[in-house]
Amino acid sequence: MTTFRCEALRKSFDGVKALSDFDLVLPSEGITAIIGPNGAGKTTLINVLTGFLRPDSGKVHFGEHEIARLAPHKIVTLGIARTFQDLRLILQVRAIDNVLLARPNQRGERLFFALTRMGVKKEETRNREEAKRVLRFVGLEGEADELAGELSYGQQKLLSLACCLATDAQVLILDEPIAGVHPEMASRILELLLQLRAEGKDVLFIEHDLGAVRRIAEHVIVMDHGKIIAQGTPREVLERADIMEAYLG
Amino acid sequence: MEYIFHIIILVLVYTILAVSLDLLAGHTGLLSIAHAAFYGLGAYTAALLAVECGTPFFVAVLIGMSIAAVVSFCVSLPSLRLHDDYFVIATFGFQIIIFSVFNNWMNLTRGPFGIPGIPRPVIFGWSPESNGTFLLLAALFAAFAYAVVNRIVTSPYGRVLRAIREDELFTRAVGKSVFRFKIMTFAISAALAASAGCLYAHYVNYVGPTSFTVTESILVISMVIIGGAGSRWGPLLGATILVTLPEMLRFLGLPSSTAANLRQIIYGTLLVILMMVRPRGLVGKYDFGR
Repeated sequence: MTTFRCEALRKSFDGVKALSDFDLVLPSEGITAIIGPNGAGKTTLINVLTGFLRPDSGKVHFGEHEIARLAPHKIVTLGIARTFQDLRLILQVRAIDNVLLARPNQRGERLFFALTRMGVKKEETRNREEAKRVLRFVGLEGEADELAGELSYGQQKLLSLACCLATDAQVLILDEPIAGVHPEMASRILELLLQLRAEGKDVLFIEHDLGAVRRIAEHVIVMDHGKIIAQGTPREVLERADIMEAYLG
Repeated sequence: MEYIFHIIILVLVYTILAVSLDLLAGHTGLLSIAHAAFYGLGAYTAALLAVECGTPFFVAVLIGMSIAAVVSFCVSLPSLRLHDDYFVIATFGFQIIIFSVFNNWMNLTRGPFGIPGIPRPVIFGWSPESNGTFLLLAALFAAFAYAVVNRIVTSPYGRVLRAIREDELFTRAVGKSVFRFKIMTFAISAALAASAGCLYAHYVNYVGPTSFTVTESILVISMVIIGGAGSRWGPLLGATILVTLPEMLRFLGLPSSTAANLRQIIYGTLLVILMMVRPRGLVGKYDFGR
């Protein structure tokens, strides 16, 4: 993972501090979990990291790039993709079309080539093959032609992960990837994340399920009131009584 | 027969307007009330170039389309940062500004007097003097507009437009510059509307500001909604219904003042019924009611 470095980040909503002088250097690779009670600022943090929110002040570096004020699509081109807590997909189109949409640098998305179709058909065939490969990876190959809106909630979670992967991003930022899904499906998603880690991808995810965090995270960050209150390996962090008390209230 | 040709020509002009607005409203989810303004920009450009400079028809069309695209770009920079209802209101404001320019810039547009004496176009020595021959030209323009829009919406570019319409946040999250797509699409839509304006100016031989009011924009929106937004044939169907319906009322023998009012009532009633019974229009894919 190209390191994320946050310096003195501040973000408030109507006077409520979601991020308060937030400093962070994320580990250079692996799977990192962000945990904390509701309202701790976890989602605000990943919204800032992915360009969906601009901080009131402070900086975010991703490698050599200062990204705090970049638009989301520019951040994706740097190799950072995300999913949302409330699932976001184009429900009215087929699963494969959602994945195709996420393919980067498509010639056919430029007006001239959309009109002339020069080289678009070949590229579309390549992208379709890649989309199928990604769907196969997440186990949705059989659902490729189904409308995204007709998939089960768990399958939609897998599809949103597939869209993330289709962007070719190196870093995947996932907001509660297993929340609300059947335990079997949750286990399958965690297995996929481990597989992605083995393939060299880096994952940063928010999660409330501490069992899941113990199972896959190599590094844990605990947030409360817009600040980091602890970080380290799961063993270091999740065994501390004071942290657990703060986390569980 | 000339009368039938006249009606078909009007249907084709409005089809160009409806299909170009549908690209923006039906496929991208951006409802603009400024379509008549771009239509008017094309018409006035063609009129002035033909009357004052004797510019060849297709050159004037290209200039008209380019002006509309450039103006749309200037409008879209501030207004496309607005969402939903606010975007609609911003385009409404632009429509009012353009109408005021048409109506008050006496030195250029001759204000309420308009510009008369626009000749029928001459294309490589051929001039469509009769309605029958002009119909061929109108059909060519409508086919061009259809081809452009169809090419766009069936391409990966069109896939992004539909994604913007359905979920802008998701579209951003997968790396698309939503703002760039909106600007480009707004410009294409405006340019196609301007091409309809050029055609119209050369057909009726006159342009005046009252042809490009907000009522005209609403008429085109009605065509898109009634025909069905986001569909291939919806704009043609909507234009056919709303152009031919008032013509049919002529045969009822009503006084013209009554017929005009009745026409408005019919539009209104049709829209209300459709929104309640069939919010996607007759053959549409996009529900404005969502």
